[in-house]
Parts: sequence; C-alpha cells; structure tokens
Amino acid sequence: MNISICAEVFREKAVTIKKLKAIAATGNLSTGFREESMSRAVTGGVDFIGCDAGSTDSGPYYLGSGSTRGAREVTKHNTGIILREALKAQAPVIIGTAGYAGGRPHLQWMLDIVRELARENQWHFKLAAIDAELDKEDLVKALQAGELTAFAPAPELNEEIIRAAERFVGMMGVEPIQRALCAGAQVVIAGRASDVAIYAALPLLRGIPRNVAYHAGKILECGAASVAQRLYPDCLVVEMDQDGFTAEPPNPEMRCTPQSVAAHTLYENGDPYRLVESGGMLETSDAQYEAVTERTVRVTGGRWTPAEVYTVKLEGASLVGYRSVAFAGIRDALVLRQLDSYLGGLRRVIERKVVDSLGLKPEQYVLNWRVYGRDGTLGVLEPQRNNIGHEVGLLIDVVAPQQGLAAGILSIVCHTGLHYSIPEHNGLISNFAFPFSPPGMNGGAVYRFCANHVWRLSDPCGPFAMAIEDL
Amino acid sequence: MTELYQFTKLIRSKNAGPFELTFDIMFKNTESFRTVLESGRLTTELFSRLYAVPVNQVRLFVLEPLLTIKVTIPRPIPSGDLEDGDVYGGQFHGPLIQLAID
Repeated sequence: MNISICAEVFREKAVTIKKLKAIAATGNLSTGFREESMSRAVTGGVDFIGCDAGSTDSGPYYLGSGSTRGAREVTKHNTGIILREALKAQAPVIIGTAGYAGGRPHLQWMLDIVRELARENQWHFKLAAIDAELDKEDLVKALQAGELTAFAPAPELNEEIIRAAERFVGMMGVEPIQRALCAGAQVVIAGRASDVAIYAALPLLRGIPRNVAYHAGKILECGAASVAQRLYPDCLVVEMDQDGFTAEPPNPEMRCTPQSVAAHTLYENGDPYRLVESGGMLETSDAQYEAVTERTVRVTGGRWTPAEVYTVKLEGASLVGYRSVAFAGIRDALVLRQLDSYLGGLRRVIERKVVDSLGLKPEQYVLNWRVYGRDGTLGVLEPQRNNIGHEVGLLIDVVAPQQGLAAGILSIVCHTGLHYSIPEHNGLISNFAFPFSPPGMNGGAVYRFCANHVWRLSDPCGPFAMAIEDL
Repeated sequence: MTELYQFTKLIRSKNAGPFELTFDIMFKNTESFRTVLESGRLTTELFSRLYAVPVNQVRLFVLEPLLTIKVTIPRPIPSGDLEDGDVYGGQFHGPLIQLAID
C-alpha cells in the first residue's frame, strides 16, 4: 500500500486527537521492566507500545553468528506483558532490532516467541515481520553503482569483503514500519531498525511533526534511561502534540528532570546536538526542556532538516577465526620486573613450536597477551603501564583459522609458558598460576564489524521485505 | 593539587556505534565547570595525546546548560576487534579521572 495514501487515512482518524501517547517498555527488551509500571503506563489508554530489542553495543558476535542475546524465557516473559497490555488497550506494538542484531535468524527467533505467546494465551492479532537482512549480491550491485558511502572511520569494503562477510543488515527508518501499520498490523516485529524510528513511525502517520516525533523517539529509545536516577530498567511515557512532547516515568520512584532528559541526548551519541536518521537530521541545540511537575518534563524546539538523499546505515560482520583463551596469574617479582622481555622471549619459543608441530606461521594466527594489573584494559594507550603491582593476571588470547588449531596453539602456549624461565631462577620453575584445570577454554567463532557505511535508496522500503500473518 | 573527579558528578566513556568513542564529563556546579574550562586542561590536544588519535579528529563540545563537556573520537580499534580490550568502550575514561587540574 502507498504510504502517503495510508498516512491520509491515519490523519483523518487523528483529526479529533490532540495528543498521542507512546510507551517505551524499556531500553532493551531482554533487560525488562516492572510489570506494575507497564500497568500504570497504559491506564487511561495508549496509542502504541514500542520497544527496542538490540544494538551493536555488545560487539560483532551476535550479527556475525546469528545468535541472540538474552535468555529466551526472559524475552518471552517481557514480550508477553507488552502484548497482553497492548491487546487490552487495542494499541499496536512495535518491536525493533529483534533478537539483538536484527538479522534473519534473530527475527525468526523473535517471531517464534510471539507466535508461541499467541498460541498459549489464545491471542489473535495481525502480525507483521520486517526483514532487515540484506542480500550480499544486492550490496555488491549497490557498491558497483556507487550507492554506498563510507563514514569516517570505516573499514574498507569491496566486493570480495562483502561476499566473504557473514551477514549484513540495514538499519530501517520509519517507512517500513509505517508500511506494516498501514497494512493493519497490530504487532510489528522488525529486524534491524533505528531505535528512534520505532517511536517516530506511528506518530508521523498521525500527523505529529517530524521534529517532535524524532526528538520524542530519541528520548524514548532507552526507556527510563532519561530519568534522573534510573534504579533499574523500566518504562517511559511520552505524550506528543503539534508543538512538543512531555516525558514522564510511570514508576513513582523515578522522575524526569529537565537536565536528565536533555542529558539523554548525549548518551551513546557522538554529537550532542545532531542526530542523523534515515531521511534527515534532528537538531536539538535550541531545544527547551522545562519542568511541568517534579517528575514530568516538557520538550520543545527540536528542528528537523530533511536529507537531500535517503540513506540507511549498513552493519556487517565477517568471520575472523576461532578463539581459545586461558587465564594465568603471575606473582613472582623477578618475572614481573622483566615482564615484556619475558613475554617476548616466550613468544619466540612458542612461535617456533607452533611452526614445528602445527605447521602454522606467526602471521597465520593471533596470539595476544592481555596483562591485567598493568595495561589489560587500555593496552598501548595505558599511561600508567610502568606502574605494575605485586601480581598480574595474564589473559592469553589465541585466534586461529580453526577451533582445533586455536586449542592446539593455546595448549603449546600454556605448557611452554608454565616452565619458561628467567636467568634469576636456576632450575625448573612454574611461572603461570592457572586457576582452572584445564587452563584454557574454547571461545568459538570470532567476528569483526566490516562496514560503517550508508546505502542510498530510492525506495526506503526497498530492501526490507514484509510478511503479514494472522494469528 | 585537585584532580578532575573532584569537580565532576560523572565521568564516563561509551561507544557511539562500533567505530567511535564518546566521553561525557558532567560537572557538579557552575563553579566546577568554569574552573575546569578555564584551567585549559581538557582540550582536544589532551584527547589526541591520551588516545593516540589525530587532533583534528577530536570533537569537543562545551554544553553550558548541562554543565557538561563532551568529547568524541574515532575508536583506536573498532569494538570487539582483535586488539580491542573494551567492547562497550566503558573504561576508556580511566586516565581522565585523576587528571591534574590545578
């Protein structure tokens, strides 16, 4: 269905509606919220309930492997409360970035949960699934056509890298979600989606101005994160109108203050005043944040500038290898005072043994030491790396082309390291204190983010296939 | 000597996507905010030096209404990549906490 025609239908329905009430269930579906907060939030009606379910924040593993983050039972419990309350209130539900990374396996996992809940509770509704996983050959064509643009900083992306990558997703804007709502969906489960789009899609259909809808979306996207003191993850309620919006946590133990709401525009956002979304940019430099009550804040004055071309952000992950790790304590002052030369010498012995026994040259695998207690967190950036304590924790990180090889290399590292000596000790010593037997474990596949690009689209819904089913 | 944390109510670092890091330094009050600003210690050059990024890639924002200084830099290593030691980027602020201000 044509979205502009559909939007007209929505607007006609909205003629008598002066305000629009949105609930953000929480900042991430798997972290949950208080059930009583949701009950309180829906009191007096609600226009829709949204929830973000993912991010890139936990690293490339989820996108690369297709694994989800968060326990299935927890996600099912939280989703069950959202669906129950929304169905009671006859309000749509919009969940974005299903299954944490928003690829096809993540979407299927979430859809299975929703279908199971509907079956168990005898709920009936129209379900829309929006796929955000991108076809690699489509991306190759887009690259050849010059439709991909790199952000700075971005890894190199060429045809070979695209084809070798595990998975790409596009971060959808509001349009694919609006298409699902226009098709009559009561529950929309989207793959990778902009957090803000989850909350801006329906208000825009109802005629809320873009500057209000996107700014409200930014404040809603982390649930109760925009309160003054978030005690635990929880819901947030926003009421939007033509001129602005008010934000209020339904939980009486929490409160929004002008500073807490304004400060949320900083969080995880590189630029505090400009938020780039598909189709335009929200500027909040002139925004006003005023206290309405002790717990409620009114926000006005955001500005929306439409983009000249419509783009969606790409995310991709490629396989790097397989990881095996071990942890060892070193509590010998004589070793610690020469730790770099000790580890350097040890590395040379290990490299020779790995060539001899596994036939792998040093450039064919990665052996990283992380020395906790010295520079384990910041690595070469640690300004106090000479400030070593009485002991260190050595995390031994091996990444190789196959899991068996990684485990084999790690085994060489562990037994070589255990007995590798220093001139001050004459005789066989054991330098590594391993807390575990066996000392190491397999970490499985390792991925890296391989794209920081945008894709110019002529149709904002183009790559995002939708499927509707009646439950 | 006074260190940065004595003026602030929050010093944090965090990913802004997998390829950028952002630091939020929020001050206790206007006086603390002014003192640190006027000390000339929190500069783009400082972040360039501490995090080994070119100074022209350091973005520093002074947010007076929020009593906040925000700094964004490219991540030295993308989140979760082989050499990265902090997937969420949440501990990069470490060297700032005890930064000498006066």
